[in-house]
Amino acid sequence: MADTALPADAVVVARLRARDETMFAALIDAWSPAMLRAARAYVADEHTAQDVVQEAWLGVLRGIDGFQEASSLRTWVYRILINKAKTRGVRDARTVPGLGVTDDDHGPTVDPARFRGADDPYPGHWRSSPPAWPSPEDGALAAETRRQLADALAGLPARQRVVVTLRDVAGHSSDEVCELLSISAANQRVLLHRGRAALRAVLEQHWVKEATA
Amino acid sequence: MNCDEFVELVTAYLEGALPAETERRFVEHLAECDGCDRYLDQIRTTVRNLGHLPAQGLASDARDRLLAAFRDWPAT
Ligand SMILES: [Zn+2]
Repeated sequence: MADTALPADAVVVARLRARDETMFAALIDAWSPAMLRAARAYVADEHTAQDVVQEAWLGVLRGIDGFQEASSLRTWVYRILINKAKTRGVRDARTVPGLGVTDDDHGPTVDPARFRGADDPYPGHWRSSPPAWPSPEDGALAAETRRQLADALAGLPARQRVVVTLRDVAGHSSDEVCELLSISAANQRVLLHRGRAALRAVLEQHWVKEATA
Repeated sequence: MNCDEFVELVTAYLEGALPAETERRFVEHLAECDGCDRYLDQIRTTVRNLGHLPAQGLASDARDRLLAAFRDWPAT
Protein backbone atom coordinates (compact mmCIF):
# COMPACT_ATOMS: atom_id res chain seq x y z
CA MET A 1 0.00 0.00 0.00
CA ALA A 2 1.11 3.50 -0.70
CA ASP A 3 0.95 4.56 2.95
CA THR A 4 3.47 2.09 4.35
CA ALA A 5 5.86 5.01 4.73
CA LEU A 6 3.49 6.89 7.05
CA PRO A 7 4.11 6.76 10.80
CA ALA A 8 1.60 5.24 13.26
CA ASP A 9 -1.82 6.89 13.60
CA ALA A 10 -1.02 8.47 16.97
CA VAL A 11 2.04 10.18 15.50
CA VAL A 12 0.20 11.38 12.40
CA VAL A 13 -2.69 12.75 14.47
CA ALA A 14 -0.36 14.51 16.90
CA ARG A 15 1.50 16.16 14.03
CA LEU A 16 -1.70 17.26 12.32
CA ARG A 17 -2.91 18.78 15.59
CA ALA A 18 0.44 20.55 15.86
CA ARG A 19 -0.31 21.88 12.33
CA ASP A 20 2.64 20.13 10.72
CA GLU A 21 2.03 20.97 7.06
CA THR A 22 4.56 18.41 5.78
CA MET A 23 2.56 15.68 7.51
CA PHE A 24 -0.70 16.88 5.99
CA ALA A 25 0.89 17.00 2.52
CA ALA A 26 2.28 13.46 2.94
CA LEU A 27 -1.15 12.18 3.96
CA ILE A 28 -2.90 13.87 1.05
CA ASP A 29 -0.38 12.47 -1.40
CA ALA A 30 -0.49 8.94 0.02
CA TRP A 31 -4.26 8.54 0.29
CA SER A 32 -5.85 10.74 -2.37
CA PRO A 33 -5.32 8.36 -5.35
CA ALA A 34 -7.33 5.53 -3.76
CA MET A 35 -9.85 8.04 -2.34
CA LEU A 36 -10.42 9.37 -5.86
CA ARG A 37 -11.13 5.87 -7.14
CA ALA A 38 -13.57 5.22 -4.28
CA ALA A 39 -15.34 8.58 -4.76
CA ARG A 40 -15.60 7.95 -8.50
CA ALA A 41 -17.96 5.02 -7.86
CA TYR A 42 -20.50 7.46 -6.38
CA VAL A 43 -20.31 10.49 -8.66
CA ALA A 44 -20.71 11.22 -12.35
CA ASP A 45 -17.20 12.18 -13.40
CA GLU A 46 -13.57 12.59 -12.50
CA HIS A 47 -13.94 16.31 -11.87
CA THR A 48 -16.67 15.75 -9.27
CA ALA A 49 -14.57 13.03 -7.63
CA GLN A 50 -11.76 15.60 -7.28
CA ASP A 51 -14.22 17.99 -5.59
CA VAL A 52 -15.45 15.28 -3.24
CA VAL A 53 -11.94 14.29 -2.17
CA GLN A 54 -11.06 17.93 -1.60
CA GLU A 55 -14.20 18.39 0.54
CA ALA A 56 -13.32 15.25 2.45
CA TRP A 57 -9.86 16.61 3.32
CA LEU A 58 -11.45 19.84 4.51
CA GLY A 59 -13.73 17.69 6.68
CA VAL A 60 -10.63 15.99 8.06
CA LEU A 61 -9.19 19.38 8.87
CA ARG A 62 -12.39 20.38 10.69
CA GLY A 63 -12.55 17.14 12.62
CA ILE A 64 -8.94 16.27 13.41
CA ASP A 65 -8.80 18.05 16.78
CA GLY A 66 -11.81 16.04 17.94
CA PHE A 67 -10.78 12.73 16.34
CA GLN A 68 -11.08 9.85 18.80
CA GLU A 69 -8.96 6.84 18.05
CA ALA A 70 -11.80 4.36 18.23
CA SER A 71 -11.23 3.52 14.58
CA SER A 72 -8.09 3.80 12.49
CA LEU A 73 -7.34 7.24 11.09
CA ARG A 74 -7.78 5.93 7.57
CA THR A 75 -11.19 4.43 8.28
CA TRP A 76 -12.26 7.72 9.84
CA VAL A 77 -11.04 9.64 6.78
CA TYR A 78 -12.92 7.24 4.48
CA ARG A 79 -16.09 7.61 6.53
CA ILE A 80 -15.93 11.34 5.85
CA LEU A 81 -15.17 10.67 2.19
CA ILE A 82 -18.07 8.27 1.67
CA ASN A 83 -20.50 10.67 3.37
CA LYS A 84 -19.36 13.51 1.10
CA ALA A 85 -19.51 11.28 -1.98
CA LYS A 86 -23.02 10.06 -1.17
CA THR A 87 -24.27 13.59 -0.53
CA ARG A 88 -22.78 14.75 -3.79
CA GLY A 89 -24.18 11.77 -5.68
CA VAL A 90 -27.67 12.52 -4.36
CA ARG A 91 -27.38 16.22 -5.14
CA ASP A 92 -26.38 15.41 -8.71
CA ALA A 93 -29.31 12.98 -8.95
CA ARG A 94 -26.95 10.08 -9.40
CA THR A 95 -28.09 6.72 -8.17
CA VAL A 96 -25.94 6.11 -5.15
CA PRO A 97 -24.83 2.50 -5.31
CA GLY A 98 -27.09 0.31 -3.26
CA LEU A 99 -24.79 -2.02 -1.42
CA GLY A 100 -27.09 -4.96 -1.08
CA VAL A 101 -26.51 -8.09 -3.08
CA THR A 102 -28.78 -8.09 -6.14
CA ASP A 103 -29.79 -10.62 -8.79
CA ASP A 104 -26.61 -9.73 -10.66
CA ASP A 105 -24.60 -11.08 -7.78
CA HIS A 106 -25.66 -14.69 -8.14
CA GLY A 107 -24.64 -17.39 -10.55
CA PRO A 108 -21.19 -18.60 -11.58
CA THR A 109 -18.26 -16.15 -11.73
CA VAL A 110 -16.44 -18.31 -14.26
CA ASP A 111 -18.11 -19.23 -17.57
CA PRO A 112 -19.65 -22.72 -17.06
CA ALA A 113 -18.45 -23.63 -20.58
CA ARG A 114 -14.91 -23.67 -19.16
CA PHE A 115 -15.78 -26.81 -17.18
CA ARG A 116 -16.53 -30.37 -18.35
CA GLY A 117 -20.18 -31.43 -18.58
CA ALA A 118 -22.13 -34.00 -16.63
CA ASP A 119 -21.46 -36.72 -19.23
CA ASP A 120 -17.69 -36.33 -18.93
CA PRO A 121 -15.65 -38.69 -16.72
CA TYR A 122 -14.51 -35.57 -14.81
CA PRO A 123 -17.61 -33.39 -14.58
CA GLY A 124 -17.05 -29.89 -13.19
CA HIS A 125 -13.32 -29.95 -13.95
CA TRP A 126 -11.52 -27.53 -16.24
CA ARG A 127 -11.76 -28.45 -19.93
CA SER A 128 -8.35 -26.87 -20.16
CA SER A 129 -6.46 -24.97 -17.47
CA PRO A 130 -6.66 -21.17 -17.48
CA PRO A 131 -3.89 -19.96 -19.81
CA ALA A 132 -0.72 -18.76 -18.11
CA TRP A 133 -0.11 -15.01 -17.88
CA PRO A 134 3.17 -13.38 -18.88
CA SER A 135 5.82 -13.05 -16.24
CA PRO A 136 5.22 -10.10 -13.90
CA GLU A 137 8.95 -9.33 -13.77
CA ASP A 138 8.65 -7.38 -17.00
CA GLY A 139 8.06 -3.77 -15.97
CA ALA A 140 6.25 -2.75 -19.16
CA LEU A 141 3.88 -5.71 -18.86
CA ALA A 142 3.17 -4.85 -15.23
CA ALA A 143 2.30 -1.28 -16.24
CA GLU A 144 0.03 -2.58 -19.02
CA THR A 145 -1.65 -5.00 -16.58
CA ARG A 146 -2.37 -2.16 -14.17
CA ARG A 147 -3.79 0.07 -16.89
CA GLN A 148 -6.11 -2.74 -17.99
CA LEU A 149 -7.08 -3.36 -14.39
CA ALA A 150 -7.86 0.31 -13.70
CA ASP A 151 -10.19 0.39 -16.73
CA ALA A 152 -11.85 -2.88 -15.75
CA LEU A 153 -12.39 -1.67 -12.19
CA ALA A 154 -14.12 1.43 -13.52
CA GLY A 155 -16.45 -0.85 -15.50
CA LEU A 156 -17.62 -2.96 -12.54
CA PRO A 157 -21.13 -2.52 -11.10
CA ALA A 158 -20.85 0.31 -8.56
CA ARG A 159 -21.36 -1.80 -5.45
CA GLN A 160 -18.63 -4.27 -6.49
CA ARG A 161 -16.41 -1.38 -7.49
CA VAL A 162 -16.74 0.28 -4.09
CA VAL A 163 -15.95 -2.90 -2.17
CA VAL A 164 -12.97 -3.89 -4.37
CA THR A 165 -11.61 -0.34 -4.22
CA LEU A 166 -11.87 -0.13 -0.44
CA ARG A 167 -10.38 -3.60 0.08
CA ASP A 168 -7.79 -4.11 -2.63
CA VAL A 169 -6.90 -0.62 -3.81
CA ALA A 170 -7.08 1.24 -0.49
CA GLY A 171 -6.20 -1.73 1.70
CA HIS A 172 -8.96 -1.74 4.31
CA SER A 173 -9.78 -4.93 6.24
CA SER A 174 -13.10 -6.69 5.69
CA ASP A 175 -14.30 -5.51 9.14
CA GLU A 176 -13.50 -1.92 8.22
CA VAL A 177 -15.35 -2.17 4.90
CA CYS A 178 -18.42 -3.71 6.56
CA GLU A 179 -18.42 -0.84 9.05
CA LEU A 180 -17.83 1.87 6.42
CA LEU A 181 -20.60 0.62 4.13
CA SER A 182 -22.94 -0.82 6.79
CA ILE A 183 -23.08 -4.21 5.09
CA SER A 184 -22.81 -7.73 6.47
CA ALA A 185 -19.61 -9.76 6.24
CA ALA A 186 -21.39 -12.18 3.91
CA ASN A 187 -22.48 -9.40 1.52
CA GLN A 188 -19.05 -7.85 1.58
CA ARG A 189 -17.52 -11.17 0.62
CA VAL A 190 -19.98 -11.81 -2.22
CA LEU A 191 -19.33 -8.37 -3.74
CA LEU A 192 -15.56 -8.72 -3.33
CA HIS A 193 -15.60 -12.20 -4.83
CA ARG A 194 -17.62 -11.22 -7.87
CA GLY A 195 -15.56 -8.10 -8.45
CA ARG A 196 -12.22 -9.89 -8.21
CA ALA A 197 -13.38 -12.76 -10.43
CA ALA A 198 -14.61 -10.31 -13.08
CA LEU A 199 -11.30 -8.43 -12.99
CA ARG A 200 -9.29 -11.64 -13.31
CA ALA A 201 -11.44 -12.59 -16.32
CA VAL A 202 -10.74 -9.23 -17.98
CA LEU A 203 -6.99 -9.71 -17.54
CA GLU A 204 -7.26 -13.23 -18.91
CA GLN A 205 -9.11 -12.01 -22.02
CA HIS A 206 -6.49 -9.33 -22.46
CA TRP A 207 -3.57 -11.76 -22.34
CA VAL A 208 -5.31 -14.26 -24.63
CA LYS A 209 -5.93 -11.51 -27.17
CA GLU A 210 -2.32 -10.34 -26.91
CA ALA A 211 -1.05 -13.90 -27.40
CA THR A 212 -3.08 -14.40 -30.58
CA ALA A 213 -2.53 -10.90 -32.00
CA MET B 1 -14.23 -30.99 -4.81
CA ASN B 2 -14.75 -29.99 -8.45
CA CYS B 3 -13.07 -27.05 -10.15
CA ASP B 4 -16.36 -25.20 -10.69
CA GLU B 5 -16.97 -25.31 -6.93
CA PHE B 6 -13.36 -24.37 -6.14
CA VAL B 7 -13.43 -21.14 -8.14
CA GLU B 8 -16.47 -19.90 -6.18
CA LEU B 9 -14.74 -20.49 -2.82
CA VAL B 10 -11.49 -18.67 -3.60
CA THR B 11 -12.42 -15.42 -1.85
CA ALA B 12 -13.83 -17.14 1.24
CA TYR B 13 -10.59 -19.16 1.37
CA LEU B 14 -8.39 -16.06 1.12
CA GLU B 15 -10.54 -14.38 3.81
CA GLY B 16 -10.10 -17.37 6.11
CA ALA B 17 -13.87 -17.71 6.16
CA LEU B 18 -14.30 -21.33 5.01
CA PRO B 19 -15.64 -23.91 7.48
CA ALA B 20 -12.82 -26.29 8.49
CA GLU B 21 -14.17 -29.25 6.52
CA THR B 22 -14.64 -27.20 3.33
CA GLU B 23 -11.20 -25.68 3.72
CA ARG B 24 -9.69 -29.15 3.99
CA ARG B 25 -11.40 -30.22 0.73
CA PHE B 26 -10.35 -26.92 -0.90
CA VAL B 27 -6.68 -27.38 0.00
CA GLU B 28 -6.75 -31.04 -1.09
CA HIS B 29 -8.13 -30.04 -4.46
CA LEU B 30 -5.58 -27.25 -4.77
CA ALA B 31 -2.76 -29.75 -4.22
CA GLU B 32 -3.86 -31.99 -7.09
CA CYS B 33 -5.27 -29.55 -9.68
CA ASP B 34 -2.93 -27.43 -11.80
CA GLY B 35 -5.82 -25.44 -13.30
CA CYS B 36 -7.17 -24.35 -9.92
CA ASP B 37 -3.67 -23.70 -8.60
CA ARG B 38 -3.19 -21.31 -11.52
CA TYR B 39 -6.65 -19.77 -11.04
CA LEU B 40 -5.95 -19.00 -7.37
CA ASP B 41 -2.55 -17.61 -8.30
CA GLN B 42 -4.14 -15.32 -10.92
CA ILE B 43 -6.67 -14.04 -8.38
CA ARG B 44 -3.77 -13.25 -6.03
CA THR B 45 -1.92 -11.51 -8.88
CA THR B 46 -5.05 -9.48 -9.63
CA VAL B 47 -5.38 -8.41 -5.99
CA ARG B 48 -1.68 -7.55 -5.75
CA ASN B 49 -1.86 -5.38 -8.87
CA LEU B 50 -4.95 -3.57 -7.55
CA GLY B 51 -2.72 -2.35 -4.72
CA HIS B 52 -0.43 -0.75 -7.31
CA LEU B 53 -2.73 0.92 -9.81
CA PRO B 54 -1.32 3.95 -11.63
CA ALA B 55 -1.49 6.67 -8.96
CA GLN B 56 -3.42 9.70 -10.02
CA GLY B 57 -3.55 12.20 -7.20
CA LEU B 58 -5.37 15.42 -6.50
CA ALA B 59 -5.01 18.15 -9.08
CA SER B 60 -2.16 20.41 -8.04
CA ASP B 61 -4.38 23.50 -7.61
CA ALA B 62 -6.70 21.55 -5.29
CA ARG B 63 -3.68 20.30 -3.36
CA ASP B 64 -2.36 23.85 -3.05
CA ARG B 65 -5.74 25.09 -1.78
CA LEU B 66 -5.85 22.37 0.86
CA LEU B 67 -2.36 23.13 2.08
CA ALA B 68 -3.24 26.84 2.25
CA ALA B 69 -6.40 26.01 4.24
CA PHE B 70 -4.31 23.86 6.56
CA ARG B 71 -1.79 26.63 7.06
CA ASP B 72 -4.53 29.11 7.97
CA TRP B 73 -6.45 26.70 10.19
CA PRO B 74 -6.46 28.05 13.75
CA ALA B 75 -4.82 25.85 16.37
CA THR B 76 -7.15 24.93 19.22
ZN1 LIG C 1 -9.54 -27.80 -10.08
